[in-house]
Amino acid sequence: MNRWEELQQAALNGRLSRRQFLTHAAALGVTTSLATGVLAKAGYAEEAKKGGVLNIGIAGGSTTDSLDPTTYTDSMAFNTAFTMLNQLIETDPNNKQIPSLFKSWEASEGATKWVFKVQEATFHNGKSLDSDDIVYSINLHRGEGSKSGGAEGLKAIKEVKATDKMEVTITLNEGDADFLYPLSDYHILVVPKDFKDWSKPIGTGAYTFGSWDPGVSANVKRYADHWNPNRGHVDEVNFTCINDTAQRMNAIVAGQVDIIHRVDTATIDLIKAVPTLALVMAHGGYHAIYAARCDMDPFKDPELRKAVKYGIDREQLLKALFNGYGAIGNDSPIPPSDPYFNKDLEQTKYDPDKAKFHLKKATGSTKIVLSASDAAFNGAVDAALLFQANAKAAGLDFEVKKEPADGFWDNVWLKAPFCESYWGGRPAATQMFTTAYKSTATWNETGFKVEKFDKLLAEAKKTVEEEKRAPMIKELQKMVHEDGGAIIPAFKDWVDATATKVKGYLPHSMFDLCNGRAAEKVWIDEA
Amino acid sequence: MLKLIGQRLVLGLITLFFASALIFFTTALLPGDFATAMLGQQATAENTAAIRAELGLDRPLVVRYADWLSGAVKGDFGNSLASKRPVMDEIKPRIANTFFLAIYAAIVAVPLSLFLGIMAAIRQGSVFDRGVNVGALLTISVPEFFLGYLLVLYLATPAHWRIFPGLAVVNASTPFFTKLYVTFLPMMTLVLVIVAHMMRMTRASVLQVMASPYIEMAYLKGLPKWRVVVQHALPNALAPIVNVVALNLAYLIVGVVVVEKVFVYPGMGQMLVDAVSKRNIPTVLACGLIFAVVFITLNIIADLLSIMSNPRLRHPR
Repeated sequence: MNRWEELQQAALNGRLSRRQFLTHAAALGVTTSLATGVLAKAGYAEEAKKGGVLNIGIAGGSTTDSLDPTTYTDSMAFNTAFTMLNQLIETDPNNKQIPSLFKSWEASEGATKWVFKVQEATFHNGKSLDSDDIVYSINLHRGEGSKSGGAEGLKAIKEVKATDKMEVTITLNEGDADFLYPLSDYHILVVPKDFKDWSKPIGTGAYTFGSWDPGVSANVKRYADHWNPNRGHVDEVNFTCINDTAQRMNAIVAGQVDIIHRVDTATIDLIKAVPTLALVMAHGGYHAIYAARCDMDPFKDPELRKAVKYGIDREQLLKALFNGYGAIGNDSPIPPSDPYFNKDLEQTKYDPDKAKFHLKKATGSTKIVLSASDAAFNGAVDAALLFQANAKAAGLDFEVKKEPADGFWDNVWLKAPFCESYWGGRPAATQMFTTAYKSTATWNETGFKVEKFDKLLAEAKKTVEEEKRAPMIKELQKMVHEDGGAIIPAFKDWVDATATKVKGYLPHSMFDLCNGRAAEKVWIDEA
Repeated sequence: MLKLIGQRLVLGLITLFFASALIFFTTALLPGDFATAMLGQQATAENTAAIRAELGLDRPLVVRYADWLSGAVKGDFGNSLASKRPVMDEIKPRIANTFFLAIYAAIVAVPLSLFLGIMAAIRQGSVFDRGVNVGALLTISVPEFFLGYLLVLYLATPAHWRIFPGLAVVNASTPFFTKLYVTFLPMMTLVLVIVAHMMRMTRASVLQVMASPYIEMAYLKGLPKWRVVVQHALPNALAPIVNVVALNLAYLIVGVVVVEKVFVYPGMGQMLVDAVSKRNIPTVLACGLIFAVVFITLNIIADLLSIMSNPRLRHPR
């Protein structure tokens, strides 16, 4: 079966929504009339159906979770919050920034001045949304003593001002054409001015608060006056926290939940065997990384960095880490799914001879110690041992030091010269580079300090014209790929599973569960 | 007798005090604190300092412990560092769930294991005796999460029989009988884990007593075997049985975190594990103390019961 046949089959079995089908068909170059013909045969209803109860089995919950947007670190809290609270800007499945509570915007003065128009909307308590609410919500993450994970991206802001009842003006310290990306960070959600009761959030979202038991369950109910008619189709959504992988798989196979994420790719056949279940996969930016610090011994020496890069079998690691559900990495943090991905870079392959060649050229000490811990990513210790075996065959003998998972980020990461880590990916390439590769970045885990890179990055951020910035971002990738200390074996795919009665579930390259907004995007069609 | 109970209670209180200090200071030995554990990879010097200042984690350890202790003696166990709500408000529904599951499992397991143990003793060496022993050893040798998965596989998936739900999702408004149904699989898992222990102890101590001369006397009197066992042997075998039962009941409260995790059951174990990994010290302390109270209480009760079951201990010279 070719892909077009597969797609038709999926449509006929009702495993794709109308929109999903059309998007995929367009990607295959199928004409719209042919595609709609197939849809008519499959008997698709055009409109989203209203009603029903949606059950989501979600991982990444803990009893210490809170709905306070400054505290989010994992899926359960922010997926629940997303149903009730809106973002200012959202990311669409193709990684484009689209309006949410900011309905339009305009950048001027070299992308340092941004003027946003505010969407008309009402909060769940009846109050109308205005620019003061938005200023308050943004400032929750800003300023001295902010404890928010979203604070780092907002440091670029000089001033946030309500310039009109329905207009917000943001001035930046320096130009950033990609400023919409940090603004669409999952921490930045809108609540009424002076709102503080995080045990029961009030927002403009598609659902209203029902119940919240951290690390256990959450319930939200449809909000009839939601501003966006294309969101919030079901009457009620239940989130059940299922951190245990095997039980999450069981729950969807047994029909106790309609949607799960983080599908166990080792036992994925369990889901494939059930005709009433469908898998939703997307290439994403999540990547495992071996971070070699370019500013510490022994990796100060670029030859040693090159030797190590040739001494790792990425294909094998992709299989071992993600069971092949992913993409090969090429030592640049920008994934193939990114529109600015540099396709022209030569893929570094496992090559013991080249590794030996560069190792010989290395001048300083070649004593390497890799700090490994499963805190970095799932299976990280095994991945380190695998890497060690690869490298040994290439004449590179290094030691794997197992670090305790407790306090790993605190005591080892950013401190050890060679250390495992991960990144969840960022919607914009410039954002990823600013977060972890700029000389002054707090999380510059590879100690990558190249003046030329910083300058080009600042330049690319300021540049609004597509044709000028694309080559710059590609050049940035090349610099990190060739000279950086990041050894990135593979990117992970997002693998979710849904019951086939769940429609409108589009794969999203940013994050699983439709970038956290599955609950308000999908509908249930029992037919 | 009263004096004895009083003594035990005072000793129990002292134990609690030491337990709290031990929990507090050993948790402090773990690398990282609440701020770094919460933020993980997102931590920066600024945001960790902000969290520490907000929660008073920048004060010396001893000051924080004294602060907590002075509240605890008045019944105030402090606020959770994560949600800033009183710890006890958060733990209460969890305690209720944990006790519900423990009592449910105990009500099934204790009579079952006593019955099986006595039957095995009466029919020592028979096929029944051997069958029960092998079965019990099997269930105790398999890790509990695996037992749980097996039960789910056979009783909660479409591949075999889908009789029970695989997820034990309960909340405060779940009706009682629904709760019994929903928690059936975790209950069964726990029963399988603890029956072996209690059953084998019952069998062994009954058999030990059966070797005594007075049992022979009873036989010679012409009593039927079940009467010899139940009326003559069992009362003298009770002390060790009561102790094993108490130990297993304590396990049902304090040791079921794996089972909770497998069945997504919102009990205290999961809460304690989360609290430790996030360094949420007030919750760790409260959970630890509750576990300690359960342990101490059950042991006192077991002591008293075994004293009462033995006339020699009841009337010491």
